[in-house]
Amino acid sequence: MENKMETRKLSVYYKNFQALYSVDLPIQKNAVTALIGPSGCGKSTFLRALNRMNEVIEGTRVEGEVLLDGKNIYDPRVDPVALRKKVGMVFQKPNPFPMSIFDNVAYGPRIHGIKKKTDLEQIVHKSLAAAALWDEVKDRLYKSALGLSGGQQQRLVIARVLAVEPEVILMDEPASALDPISTAKLEDLIHQLKQNYTIVIVTHNMQQAARVSDYTGFFLNGELIEYNTTTAIFTAPREKRTEDYITGRFG
Amino acid sequence: MVRESFHEQLDKLRGDIVRMGNLVVNAIDMATTAFKRRDMDLAEKVVMDDEKIDRLELEIEKKCMSLLALQQPLARDLRFIGTALKINTDLERIGDYACNIAKIVLTIGKEPFIKPLVDLPHMAELCRQMVKDNLNAFINQDREKALATAKKDHEVDHLYQEVFQELLALMMQNSQNIRQATFLLMIARHLERIGDHATNLSEWIIYMVSGERLELNEKLF
Ligand SMILES: Nc1ncnc2c1ncn2[C@@H]1O[C@H](COP(=O)(O)OP(=O)(O)OP(=O)(O)O)[C@@H](O)[C@H]1O
Ligand SMILES: [Mg+2]
Repeated sequence: MENKMETRKLSVYYKNFQALYSVDLPIQKNAVTALIGPSGCGKSTFLRALNRMNEVIEGTRVEGEVLLDGKNIYDPRVDPVALRKKVGMVFQKPNPFPMSIFDNVAYGPRIHGIKKKTDLEQIVHKSLAAAALWDEVKDRLYKSALGLSGGQQQRLVIARVLAVEPEVILMDEPASALDPISTAKLEDLIHQLKQNYTIVIVTHNMQQAARVSDYTGFFLNGELIEYNTTTAIFTAPREKRTEDYITGRFG
Repeated sequence: MVRESFHEQLDKLRGDIVRMGNLVVNAIDMATTAFKRRDMDLAEKVVMDDEKIDRLELEIEKKCMSLLALQQPLARDLRFIGTALKINTDLERIGDYACNIAKIVLTIGKEPFIKPLVDLPHMAELCRQMVKDNLNAFINQDREKALATAKKDHEVDHLYQEVFQELLALMMQNSQNIRQATFLLMIARHLERIGDHATNLSEWIIYMVSGERLELNEKLF
């Protein structure tokens, strides 16, 4: 297996507060890596460090390296906008823009300079199909995205990310606001997407991590405690702290 | 809250396995005593009690299945329930062998033994000890104890070989011996199988404690 990304001694600070401590974590290509751990352990901080989203928060500082295809994304020559095109992000709450379904998906490509209607139509179709949403919205593309259900909105957001042709997709608790059927659809989608993309997902649902991911990292108090194949983590973790957390015996 | 009741249910399951184990240890004990003392009433009791073991096996199996379905256990909880399911089956099989031995005791009846009983009671004691020690290893999450217990199976296998040769010689000496020698041989075989199932218990207890799957049953025959 090949590392699509990799962190090396990654530490992240919010002003004087250290949120991550020297994390070394590989992210395998065309696989799903799940990040688990109790609230406040630094999962979202870690995720945001993977596409420099932390930089929009004032006072953050990063030490160490984050490699994408072997190159450090914190190299001053790297353009963060171009980086975030390659490494896209899906948030916890579906956040469609208050515009039509079509315009939501076409938003990124337009920013990146694509103007021709037929090109945009093609991208929108392809992205919605890849996000397993096309069949449900093909007759209402020009209606407001806000009229979609929560599960549909989350898949729309994924389509919006796919439209700019990323290589890595970061998802921060993408299913936490979804009902079981929408969650199942999203999990199926993640499973399909990993053939073409590398996915990192934060989830509080242990069963979900077990179902969707190939590798799992367990964080605690800003440290990566254990990283292994998902099967190993959920059947026989090496660390007692991992075991206590995933069996609900924490604290 | 939900997790708390889950852990209580795991404790109950642990108690059921211990109950099952004790019933099985008793069955071996009673079958052996019945054999040595020609106690037909005791042999009857072993046969009757086997039903309790079978019923408990089904109950434990049901509990494991519903815990798996409803709680989706992970890591140590998953290994514990998986182990409970597996050793439940091994214990039930050991109970069956004890029951079979008791049935043979009933068949032999009070006719005089064709040889003094030394090795067979010794085998039976080893087997009883293996199951008992593994039960303690299960309760105390004691990997070393489970591992040491499995080692005793070599002794059981060795005794089986000896008994086998001895009974074969007796059959060849005098065809009058064949009937009883065959029964005694069956008892020896059942004890040898108990030893193998007791070794399975060790393997699963080690898995439960540390997650390693060791192959401890050496196939000599
Ligand atoms: N903008 C910020 N300013 C200061 N501290 C922050 C900021 N964002 C996060 N933190 C702190 O950093 C630590 C890690 O936070 P983070 O959001 O990464 O945790 P998390 O694992 O994603 O938690 P959750 O599961 O609740 O989403 C926490 O102690 C948090 O309070
Ligand atoms: Mg978070």
